[in-house]
Amino acid sequence: MLELRGITLRYDAPETASATTVLDGIDLTVADGELVVLAGPTGVGKSTLLGVVAGLVPSYTGGTLTGDVLLDGASIVEQPARERAHAIGYVGQNPAAWFVTDSVEEELAFGMEQLGLPAPTMRRRVEETLDLLGIADLRHRDLRTLSGGQQQRVAIGAVLATHPRLLVLDEPTSALDPTAAEDVLATLTRLVHDLGVSVLVAEHRLERVVPFADRLCLLRSDGAVEVGDPAEVLQDAPIAPPLVELGRLAGWQPLPLTVRDARRRAPALKERLGDPPRRDQPAPDADSAVDVRRLVVSHGRTAVLREVDLTLRPGTVTALMGRNGAGKSTLLWALQGRHGAASGTVRVAGQDPARLTPEERRATTGLVPQSPADLLYLETVAAECAAADRAARADAGSCRGLLDRLAPGIDPDRHPRDLSEGQRLALAVAIVLTARPPVLLLDEPTRGLDYPAKRALASLLRELAAEPGAARAILVATHDVEFVAQVADDLVVLAEGEVVSAGPVVPTVSESPAFAPQVTKVLGAGWLRVDDVAARLAAEVAR
Amino acid sequence: MGAGRLARDLHPVAWWVWAVGVAVAASFTTNPLLLLVLLGVITLVVLTCRSDQPWARSFRLYVWLGVVVVVVRILFRILLGGDVPGHVLFTLPSIPLPDWAAGISLLGPFTREELLAATYEGLRLATLLIAVGAANALANPKRLMKSLPPALYEIGTAMTVAISVVPQLADSARRVRAAQQLRGGPEGRFRRIRGVRRLLVPILEDAFDRSLALAAGMDARGYGRTGELTAQQRRRTGALIIAGLIGVCVGVYAFLDSTAPRLLALPMLALGMLLALGGFALAGRRVQRTRYRPDRWQVPELVVAASGIAAGAGMWALQRWETQVAHPGVLVRPEVSLLALVAVLVAVVPVWAAPLPVTAQRREEVRV
Repeated sequence: MLELRGITLRYDAPETASATTVLDGIDLTVADGELVVLAGPTGVGKSTLLGVVAGLVPSYTGGTLTGDVLLDGASIVEQPARERAHAIGYVGQNPAAWFVTDSVEEELAFGMEQLGLPAPTMRRRVEETLDLLGIADLRHRDLRTLSGGQQQRVAIGAVLATHPRLLVLDEPTSALDPTAAEDVLATLTRLVHDLGVSVLVAEHRLERVVPFADRLCLLRSDGAVEVGDPAEVLQDAPIAPPLVELGRLAGWQPLPLTVRDARRRAPALKERLGDPPRRDQPAPDADSAVDVRRLVVSHGRTAVLREVDLTLRPGTVTALMGRNGAGKSTLLWALQGRHGAASGTVRVAGQDPARLTPEERRATTGLVPQSPADLLYLETVAAECAAADRAARADAGSCRGLLDRLAPGIDPDRHPRDLSEGQRLALAVAIVLTARPPVLLLDEPTRGLDYPAKRALASLLRELAAEPGAARAILVATHDVEFVAQVADDLVVLAEGEVVSAGPVVPTVSESPAFAPQVTKVLGAGWLRVDDVAARLAAEVAR
Repeated sequence: MGAGRLARDLHPVAWWVWAVGVAVAASFTTNPLLLLVLLGVITLVVLTCRSDQPWARSFRLYVWLGVVVVVVRILFRILLGGDVPGHVLFTLPSIPLPDWAAGISLLGPFTREELLAATYEGLRLATLLIAVGAANALANPKRLMKSLPPALYEIGTAMTVAISVVPQLADSARRVRAAQQLRGGPEGRFRRIRGVRRLLVPILEDAFDRSLALAAGMDARGYGRTGELTAQQRRRTGALIIAGLIGVCVGVYAFLDSTAPRLLALPMLALGMLLALGGFALAGRRVQRTRYRPDRWQVPELVVAASGIAAGAGMWALQRWETQVAHPGVLVRPEVSLLALVAVLVAVVPVWAAPLPVTAQRREEVRV
């Protein structure tokens, strides 16, 4: 039904008289009732391609578009987005920024009002959509009070209510906890199966979407595009979910895409691998850098954190997981000192952070907030680094030195806004670390990072934690199970503001199906990472 | 009226008609007794009929504004009072102004008559303000926007978006402020100025990103679809509306300026209105949008609106035929007549006529 022919997008840079090509001759067809996943490394133009389909690119981004977009054989490339709305429904990356009205019910009706559907139809479809997405009990709620997963479902519902034939989704699960992501994806599959809607979805976390995909479209950094059966395309893709990497390692053909497939083939591999690797626990007698006892934090009269106990030791990376709205960010800010405790004690490096001056806080804890851009306000990377050095009274160049370790080779004259997501995160981390805090807290650092970038971040955090002479305690709040498997020693799970499980990653993760990484699901408790498997296999070959 | 007592939102326009009626009623009198009764009526209606939404809390603000108006009025009278004969309450040293400000002297003796006149006037203005505040607290501002005629839909949506921008901006300001505390601030002589900048830059960038995203989102969902409307039709509608508005402007000017030819006054005004309304109707008919669950006028709406109009009309009649009751002056004790009492108390009807307000608690009860 939808056909892209030779889509090419160029941004002209007048001052250098050169042009950057973002998309280069992309051909893609999406058939009726098909779920196509768009994958590729960061910055390759996935969102841009989706924007082209929806009609938002180039009108909102600039650039020169050549090629053709056909809907049922008719060219729609000249039509603006609003004239395509009846056939193509588009859900952008940050649904909260897209809401026009302020209650769930009105938001669902907005698109239909624009299309001029008769009132009885609208009434019926709103009810149907509420049920289809399982949000009927939210109908009167203010959109800003919803959790991330709920907002995402409302955004999908708002588009679905107009009954588009093609649904275009840009990273629908990137901000969601594993369970909410499963919900949204299950809803999507249901739409594909029951209503025959076609879906085109871009996603970084392939492990979440690939099991549902009919076809995979892989955009490579060199501009090439590969479309086909997911198992075949992933054979040598530069980005691959852990399951696929495991399959490649074990030489499974065709590659398994679901945990179930892989598990069926696992026994032979398990035999070769033997016992899971032993992990050294750091000496328990090391002085704790952070010590939280029976902490209660409340907003007004609702308790956000209830009786939370937490210990962070220098040299360890602790992951903090939990549903959207479980209190993860609040806990981080309580450790930083912005949220005072209603009762209980918080000790960071022996002191109560809520009593410290902002300067002392910065020297004890470094916090990288959810949107690192909030920290940045100057025109160039060099100016940001210099400001950080001055503020921390550090030697000139310390921030830049940190940045070079985190993300080498960033042009000092670039504007922080022009950096990639990963580079901007690195800059924020460098600025925060310039004050040399012994405790580092990160809130959702993996948003928008692809597999290689996430792996780089994980090894970097491990390095920072175990730095000789300056061991740090690191706490990372995240939804990304696979990232936790790569980075963390300990795992703390929050629910409704209470700690529901805490302890070393291996046992904690294997107890709960929602938080288990794919490798654990396939090979059983004790195995976390593909790297562990690779190391064992290599050792075996050497023997 | 059994169904009228079920919890639902009353049509916002009905509340505004009621409030404007009450405000008109207040403007026709300086009788403090009547004004106080009217204030009581407004407060009673607001307290029984408002919902638990954020805008419902704005009423208190208007009450304070009313108090401030009365106080300021009295203070100004004390300052500029001048020499009105009467019972002197206290005397302040008088400051005569130079000749070019002839006739004005500051401070000086302050009489009981002046105090009463200032209080009555202040009370009237305060009642007017509080009536408007009541409308703000009772009527859902967003639904009011949605009640605009279809031709004004775009403006209505823009206003709705603007209303929701303010809390978003506050959220983003709070977030950025917290984030900026995580890194050291600038030091030196212009610390303050640079401090403002490091808050403003991320907030503005955030607001800009957000508005671009919102525009894209609205576009992707079909906002501003022209459908089958041709450019010619659009131009014709536009020309009609603009010609109408020009006609209205000329008419109003001629109406107020007595030297202008009479032909330009009322006839021009009427013609302009007609043209503009025609343009709106035409534009409205061509609009392809529809409205989800529009508010409908039912019996309670009519009763509420009628009670406001009745109060306004009653007070107009009062000042027309019983001027002594409407404007008792400061020399005699203000009195109340039957007509006056009826005219004021008719505004309390919404307490029984309006449906119960929708609150979170009532919604919970429904679900059980």
